[in-house]
Amino acid sequence: MSSIGTGYDLSVTTFSPDGRVFQIEYATKAVDNSGTVVGIKCKDGVVLGVEKLIPSKMLLEGSNRRIHAVHKHAGMAVAGLAADGRQIVARARSEASQYLSFYGEDIPIKELCDRVARYVHLCTLYWWLRPFGSATILGGYDRDGPQLYMIEPSGVAYRYFGAAIGKGRQAAKTAIEKLKLSEMTCREGIIAVAKIIYEVHDEAKDKAFELELSWVCDESNKQHQRVPADLLEEAKAAAKAAKDALDEDEGMDAD
Amino acid sequence: MEPMAGEWTSAAHSMGTTIMAVEYNGGVILGADSRTTTGVYVANRASDKITQLTDNVYLCRSGSAADTQVVSDYVRYFLNQHTIQLGREATVKTAATLVKELAYQNKSFLQAGMIVAGWDKYDGGSVYAVPLGGTLLRLPFATGGSGSSYLYGFLDQAWRPQMSKDEAERFVVKSIALAIARDGASGGVVRTVTVNEHGVERNFFAGDKLPLFHEEIPPGRNSLLA
Repeated sequence: MSSIGTGYDLSVTTFSPDGRVFQIEYATKAVDNSGTVVGIKCKDGVVLGVEKLIPSKMLLEGSNRRIHAVHKHAGMAVAGLAADGRQIVARARSEASQYLSFYGEDIPIKELCDRVARYVHLCTLYWWLRPFGSATILGGYDRDGPQLYMIEPSGVAYRYFGAAIGKGRQAAKTAIEKLKLSEMTCREGIIAVAKIIYEVHDEAKDKAFELELSWVCDESNKQHQRVPADLLEEAKAAAKAAKDALDEDEGMDAD
Repeated sequence: MEPMAGEWTSAAHSMGTTIMAVEYNGGVILGADSRTTTGVYVANRASDKITQLTDNVYLCRSGSAADTQVVSDYVRYFLNQHTIQLGREATVKTAATLVKELAYQNKSFLQAGMIVAGWDKYDGGSVYAVPLGGTLLRLPFATGGSGSSYLYGFLDQAWRPQMSKDEAERFVVKSIALAIARDGASGGVVRTVTVNEHGVERNFFAGDKLPLFHEEIPPGRNSLLA
């Protein structure tokens, strides 16, 4: 699927003969190699989950967060280059805050997504800038209900019921498709997301990881917040149990 | 000698004015007089001080006519773009915030006292006052302009929440008529605009349609004509 664009890949302002911009595709590779990020829209809210790979045992637990609050009613989970992701989040925060100042109301999630996507795309138009090497999944709750969007390094953004980016995205997407999201509450959703993240985590290739979960739903009063500690532990336990059961089954099948 | 080239030939158009807006059960009613003056000369005795910002939000203007016209033009422009981007009608709060932003950021240049009122499906009927200086205040009813000074006591006593549409309209017409009776810079006709979920209705009350007060002679036969 991917090919080397020899000669046409030196600048983001160069098209290849078959109409591709290779720099953007390379930026997407940075996202594809990062830890999995999953987002689902349940009937009463949105759940975001991140497989935060821990490169060193010296790292303090809970540092290098991958899920960021953008505004009271919206949050973003980031995959790819962490520093690039931070910039995107900073821009989203600024847009949300300015909108509130100017219009007197919280920014609608669709509008926020449009603004961020426009900014990400902007950085693919000039040769003196490089594209962002990160994709973000934006979850929020406004007057039109809960919504989930994903913004890619190319600046393209769509609205989703379920989205996954990073290493385990293929397996994650398959698992999400099996879920009945329209009937699921966020309480059930966090268990589902935790299970998916544990399932797609490859223990052979990557060592330790930390699960980060956040939600914005009726239960959280339509505010974006980290999933409360007790629910997080419950989700982790359920996910671990499911993974162990799966491993056992796989062990048997191998015979 | 003085009336020949008086101050009125060069004075700015000012809207002496009485304006008000009230929330009623189901929407809002905006009301205003219709006198525009340059000094003591009445430049327009039938002006329309209630301006449309969007389908569902209207603005009462008092103070400098030029200033309020420019502010309302800018806000109409911003709201138009905002509505297209948002994909739904703008809220009264947003319209009021934009008016406030212009009024506050340009306070040293503007002489504009405005009242923003309208209906949206989230907050129902709402009234926002944006007086000189650029404060933004949501109120159940608001008045402005030179004539409003004569209304405070009356409104304190007579206003009630959750009036019906007809009650509220009569209330507005009576208030403006009272102010016109005492304020030289207010006069002409009383215009009202009613905004609710069903849409917008404009009304016009002149001469004999206005209530009479203490010592006022009814139109028609009177001692001067007899």
